[in-house]
Amino acid sequence: MNAATTSQTAGPYWHLIEFPEWADLLRADGPNAGIAGERIMLTGRITDGDGTPVSDAMVEIWQAGPDGSFEGFHGFGRCATDPKGAFRFVTLKPGAVPGRGNRIQAPHVVLSIFARGLMKQLVTRLYFAGEALNAEDPVLNLVPLERRFTLIAQPQGEGAWRLDVRLQGEGETVFLDV
Amino acid sequence: MPDPIPYRYAAVGTQPPYDAPAYGSTHKRHPKQVPLRVPHTLSETTAPRFVPAWYAPHEDLTRVDGKEAVGERIIVAGRVLDEDGRPVAGAMVEVWQANAAGRYNHARDQHDAPLDPNFRGQGRVFTDAEGKYRFTTIRPGAYPWRNHHNAWRPVHIHFGLHGAGAAQRLITQMYFPGDPLLPLDPIFNATPDAAARERLIAQFDLDVTQPEFALGYRFDIVLRGREATPFEAA
Repeated sequence: MNAATTSQTAGPYWHLIEFPEWADLLRADGPNAGIAGERIMLTGRITDGDGTPVSDAMVEIWQAGPDGSFEGFHGFGRCATDPKGAFRFVTLKPGAVPGRGNRIQAPHVVLSIFARGLMKQLVTRLYFAGEALNAEDPVLNLVPLERRFTLIAQPQGEGAWRLDVRLQGEGETVFLDV
Repeated sequence: MPDPIPYRYAAVGTQPPYDAPAYGSTHKRHPKQVPLRVPHTLSETTAPRFVPAWYAPHEDLTRVDGKEAVGERIIVAGRVLDEDGRPVAGAMVEVWQANAAGRYNHARDQHDAPLDPNFRGQGRVFTDAEGKYRFTTIRPGAYPWRNHHNAWRPVHIHFGLHGAGAAQRLITQMYFPGDPLLPLDPIFNATPDAAARERLIAQFDLDVTQPEFALGYRFDIVLRGREATPFEAA
């Protein structure tokens, strides 16, 4: 038995596998065309330990569909950050997802961040403010109360949600060891 | 619904730390808090299903519009397995790399080496039922970077893999045997375990080599396996 292959940084030139259309999970010629649900936009800025925008990151998302299932809806997206460190996805709001031990997980989107200077991806989750199920979510409940805000996107109006990601320092995002 | 079987965590030293002091770009980008370990749920044990219909394969990197790229043509082939030695079928493998002169087809790469209009340096292949993949490319060149004085990256090809579970997602780099830059490279050497580092080095393989055409290199990749379970199906 071999141990899993060692991770190495995606480096600064990963854009050779960038396909900007993948940030729109609802693209007309894509796998989700025509699937019904609540259309949302997820945005945020990624900053480093100095508060400097991380303008060369690749963000990937993985989420359930509106019915809370990982079948059917193709819940994958990829987005490059822009010069301000911002990412932007268009997708459908996920439903509640089964958790371990017959518990329910609040609607959430898994975010993975790859970049120069990250030897391995950083993984976190985006939850939605005001969701009643957040209070019982088994993962949110493992996070110290004072840091929980780093996982909860805030509504910006018209289906837009924002969650900034701080890689290091004050307000550091809670990353998950998955 | 039964709980999903979790993926196994890495053996000590086989994965690099986020805080790798010799690699300057980690200084302001590594989290200071230890990432929070969370039990695996469907969000971690399921993964996007990538199919060639939506993600078109591109397995010959050596030509653009029928015109041949400059450099030494090579074939890279291998298997994608999990830690229990089971093939990972249908895995999407993305590759990207510099050209023969050590220059990426990328706006941010300002290295004074020629671009090759016939080499884009990007490919995408899928593993077959036995976990096998294969692509044809040009052997990349080494290139300088500004991590420290006279720093040069060893020759490498970037690999990105999506397996059957999101927790298997892997980005890594394949290196070449005998590269004198390997002992000097802070990215390669960030991983403490020497055997784990060695597995990032492809092997020359005469069986992959195609007569009168191209040298072949074998690079096998291992994705995380599942935790042992007494109820595992035979």
